[in-house]
Amino acid sequence: MPKRAFPETTSPSNKFNLSTAELKEIAKKLRRHVITMIATAGSGHPGGSLSAADIITALYFRVLRHDPKDPQWSERDRFILSKGHAAPILYAALAEAGYFPVAELATLRKMDSRLQGHTDMTLTPGVEMSAGSLGIGLSFAIGVALAARLDSKTYRTYALLGDGECEEGQTWEAALAAAHFNLDNLTAMVDCNGMQLSGWTCDIMNLEPLIRKWQAFGWHVIDIDGHDFGQILAAFPRAERTKGKPTVIIARTIKGKGVSFMENNVAFHGKAPTREEAEKALKELE
Amino acid sequence: MAEASTREIYGKTLVELGRQNNNIIVLDADVSPSTMTNSFAREFPQRFFDCGLQEQNMIGIAAGLAASGKTVFASTFAVFVVCRCFDQLRLCISQPNLNVKVVATHGGISVGEDGISHQAIEDLALCCALPSFTVVVPADAVEAAEAVRAAASVYGPFYIRLSRPKTPIVYPEGYHFTLGKAVTMRQGKDATIIATGIMVAKALEAADTLARQNIDCRVLNIHTLKPLDEAAIVRAASETGAIVVAEEHLAQGGLGSRVAQIVAKDKPVPMEFVNLGDRYAQSGTSEELLQNYGLTAGDIGESVKSAVKRK
Repeated sequence: MPKRAFPETTSPSNKFNLSTAELKEIAKKLRRHVITMIATAGSGHPGGSLSAADIITALYFRVLRHDPKDPQWSERDRFILSKGHAAPILYAALAEAGYFPVAELATLRKMDSRLQGHTDMTLTPGVEMSAGSLGIGLSFAIGVALAARLDSKTYRTYALLGDGECEEGQTWEAALAAAHFNLDNLTAMVDCNGMQLSGWTCDIMNLEPLIRKWQAFGWHVIDIDGHDFGQILAAFPRAERTKGKPTVIIARTIKGKGVSFMENNVAFHGKAPTREEAEKALKELE
Repeated sequence: MAEASTREIYGKTLVELGRQNNNIIVLDADVSPSTMTNSFAREFPQRFFDCGLQEQNMIGIAAGLAASGKTVFASTFAVFVVCRCFDQLRLCISQPNLNVKVVATHGGISVGEDGISHQAIEDLALCCALPSFTVVVPADAVEAAEAVRAAASVYGPFYIRLSRPKTPIVYPEGYHFTLGKAVTMRQGKDATIIATGIMVAKALEAADTLARQNIDCRVLNIHTLKPLDEAAIVRAASETGAIVVAEEHLAQGGLGSRVAQIVAKDKPVPMEFVNLGDRYAQSGTSEELLQNYGLTAGDIGESVKSAVKRK
């Protein structure tokens, strides 16, 4: 069989279509936003936002077909953030993409802000799902992907889960169902930072062997370094080429990635940095 | 009185709606032969999804479909879709105000022999505690069909509670249903029986018996528990001076609590309550259970007499 060359990404319709070097810069910028937003709010979850920063950067600035000027565009790819506590990184990406002014990021978690502590689809342009109770997003994504099939639309649905979230039973109900419905227009991503609120995931409720679990549920599994743009960008076209079954990208990440004293530090799962810590973090992210 | 089951008419009505509107999607969780959504599945296999025994996943899927513009009916037994999925109903449907119609069958203790695990007696309290939900309990099959049609035509989350057994038909064909509007089933001046669901037929029976004892009872069917027809309740309190609320539900959080809140605020009058109190029932036939747990026309009659005495 002749070898077919596939492009590095299959989404030429991403209007940013940034290079890897540019993506790295944007990711750093989004991480800075996360630190500033959470420090300003005085509460929030920096660890899980920082671990997901590179995946979300790649999606919004290279992969997704979307139009920040028209958040409800019917043909847009859908990104569903299931781990709703990572709202700050999503808000940062949406603001930088142009869904709302970057200045609005300073209102995170404040009264009357469109940027609620956990995502609210009724308030924030570009947010596809209200989240905050874990284990629900993949089910929601199945509904969105089924709707695409019913309406013969070509948009793709992406759902980002946390690894701790895979402890929720509903995640596995959804895993079973997505494979049963042969949803090859659905890509799940697990931000495997190895930690959850109170410690290491392997100590609290071991998920491994995670790859074999997803495979056993009928999914195509891609295992990547979730901070390596080469691997991140290569994974999406592989997912898109896989027919008849959904794909899950297991992204091995580091909680708190990019800020030395937050990396692998469970204390920063759900704690805001002090002003001094924020300054130190921002310096590291220059 | 002629009888029919509300779940049977649900299946037929879904098919009728499916023919009119190809945006309607139906989900079930392995009980479609019981909820009667299988009629829809037979006619519109592409628009029916059996989610298997995954009620929570079903509600999440329903939300995703609704967020993508579909009108979604999601059905299973009331205990499972409400009690098991309360977090999903809250986060995925109520908070984002999505267009999902939760139509649950097997409400109340009239489920019968399956026993307490299968008898939803707290569902109305839970669903009324979801801010964007409209909550409807039809009194008979005629009203059930109307309620399902109304749910399809009005945007927003609905909870409709249907019953397993055949129940008496209290409405003539051609009955016109208005969401949120109580129906005066019978005029009266001495007291008002406010009832919902299968208790409406029993309220009418009680009123007939009381009439022979010279107690003239109004019967008000509150099919829509939320939003509540407050004006009709205040009128009943003002004009009849005593109120009895009858429902197939626990004492707390259902129709009785909701009516009492309005009466206490706007027109305090003596009230009595016919419900299950604060207890689970057991296995038995529907009729045995309704009799043994105080949900009969006789129980309503006694309550009316107590309320009237306190006027």
